[in-house]
Amino acid sequence: MSILMDGSTRLLVQGITGAEGSQHARRSVEYGTNVVAGVTPGRGGQKMDEVPVFNTVEQAARETGANVSIIFVPAAGAADAILEAEDAGIPLVICITEGVPVLDMVTVKRTLIGSKTRLIGPNCPGIITPKAKSRAGIMPVQVFTPGKVGVVSRSGTLVYEGVAQLTANGIGQSTSVGVGGDPIIGTSQREVLEMFNHDPETEAVVLIGEIGGNAEQDAAEYISSSMKKPVIAFIAGSTAPPGRRMGHAGAIISGNTGTAKAKKDALSAAGVTIVQTPAEIGATAKRVLTECGLF
Amino acid sequence: MKIHEYQAKQILAEFGVPVPKGRVARTPEEAKEIAEELGGKVVVKAQIHAGGRGKGGGVKLATSPAEAEHAARAIIGMQLVTHQTGPEGQKVKAVVVEEQMAIERELYLAVVIDNVAGRPAIMASAAGGMEIEEVAATSPEQIHRVTVDPAAGFQPFLARELAYAVGLDGDSVRLAVQLMGALYKAFIANDASLAEINPLVVTNDGRLLALDAKFNFDDNALYRHPEVVALRDLDEENPLEVEAQSMGINNYIKLEGNIGCVVNGAGLAMATMDSIKFAGGEPANFLDIGTVNDPQRVVGAFKVIKSDPAVKAILINIFGGMARVDVIAEGVIAAFKQMDVGMPVVVRLEGTNLEQGAKMLAESGLPVIRATDLGSAAREAVQAAGGLS
Repeated sequence: MSILMDGSTRLLVQGITGAEGSQHARRSVEYGTNVVAGVTPGRGGQKMDEVPVFNTVEQAARETGANVSIIFVPAAGAADAILEAEDAGIPLVICITEGVPVLDMVTVKRTLIGSKTRLIGPNCPGIITPKAKSRAGIMPVQVFTPGKVGVVSRSGTLVYEGVAQLTANGIGQSTSVGVGGDPIIGTSQREVLEMFNHDPETEAVVLIGEIGGNAEQDAAEYISSSMKKPVIAFIAGSTAPPGRRMGHAGAIISGNTGTAKAKKDALSAAGVTIVQTPAEIGATAKRVLTECGLF
Repeated sequence: MKIHEYQAKQILAEFGVPVPKGRVARTPEEAKEIAEELGGKVVVKAQIHAGGRGKGGGVKLATSPAEAEHAARAIIGMQLVTHQTGPEGQKVKAVVVEEQMAIERELYLAVVIDNVAGRPAIMASAAGGMEIEEVAATSPEQIHRVTVDPAAGFQPFLARELAYAVGLDGDSVRLAVQLMGALYKAFIANDASLAEINPLVVTNDGRLLALDAKFNFDDNALYRHPEVVALRDLDEENPLEVEAQSMGINNYIKLEGNIGCVVNGAGLAMATMDSIKFAGGEPANFLDIGTVNDPQRVVGAFKVIKSDPAVKAILINIFGGMARVDVIAEGVIAAFKQMDVGMPVVVRLEGTNLEQGAKMLAESGLPVIRATDLGSAAREAVQAAGGLS
């Protein structure tokens, strides 16, 4: 087991003939992921290496049984690509694209209500389950190793940083999920925590948050009421100056909840171990796992 | 992206939101002319992007065209300091000259995006004229909000709820519903991130008007709004940040320290700043170099950082995913070729194509300090910049 992706993943790549799409599709194939199809309108019938390319997601899904789609299309077409995958009934859609207009995401979010499709992202690094060699994203595979710790982060590069520290400390990962740094995203940290809580192969979770919004407080609420596994959290931006946006909006609506301190306080009150400096994510996780008899 | 009050009011007027009569003036003579047209009794308001203009002396009342000219002469060219400009202030290039209103009540009205709901929200408050952050902190119960279902769009009942909540009655409710519908339309049509009217005034004769207005726009949607891009005033932005954008670096924020940072990803960029501070130093900037694989962008980042005279050392922290370490290394080598770097450079590389990147950097023989992890990279940078601050 693991969450979201495992050995049964049949991956479709939207934008497979683009520079990033083709490069990362190849890396996933090399890693051992079952990449079954690509989509680029106008390139149907061609192949990207051994992977068949289709004009539409509907056709690709029908002919290959793809059950996860990863999106590499440019920002102006990203919402269209997500909605095309949703319409084709793909259960899990991961959008890597950065810079999607907010109002496009408003439309996407509304359409996904009651849908069978779960969206991860946009502006995210994707998902990787090392044990199943299942990778949908842009992560550097060499830092990941199979194990029992789930990782969920808003930032992509902090997934790599956190995971590299875990691996260096001998701690493997069940699944790592980057939920995305945009204001409106498909799946929240809280929802990923809930999945890890119910995953028998995950024994602890590393949560990596950052300033802005109130997603970490929302996660803390879930941890406090329902989480049965130890959670270790790092919040980036403790030293960010007030009043300057480091990529996040919404300070008016959420009042003072956007600061790193408010997030750490909420998580700490929910029983989460807080990592004090970014270089100590791995060491802190090791200490907590040892204390819990999990290492 | 932000715009001036007079530009925001033009957008509002275009969508049918009532605004006071008046225009922008760039000279005292023009201000006098407009005041004459308006009958003499006017308000003269400095046009800068920052708020708090009144307290800083940027808003003056005039009872005659001559007084308006005098007020404009005092304001145009002044270095206006408000709590949002920083101590150096912002130079005023223009004023708005507008009719004075006989005000009965001041309200607050705005459309924003509610990130949690993933929908636009309309906010209203009876505490108009105050900064909404202050109202949110001291009396949040005074802020009323509704969210708009994007499938249905704006519905009058939402506006009625807000109008009654802020204490409007009679015909002013109907006017408020019309006004909110127009404001919502302006917000959506322009891909705004904030459309704010503060204060929204109720006049003695029962009219509702936008006395002040503010629009911010979603930078990611500017590609489909050339008419909005045309409203941009580069003089209102930090020159180093503007220069960074001209080199494709959209996420550069100038800070007060002396260690220049080049990082990929907003999260890692913040964590790098945190690490520098924990190591006893001060970052000179936040810089997310992004994921476009172009060595020239690294050269651009060096240029931007070097044009900040406070910088004493540079810390490059790259954990490649989409960004490739070999491309970054190529950029670092190119930067040393194209300019006199003239200060210590600490480099920490990890991730995609690390081996090629590390090899290129080693073979280049450049005098960079290599660090293997985040903690040691920060400590090396602090030491290179001259020790603890």
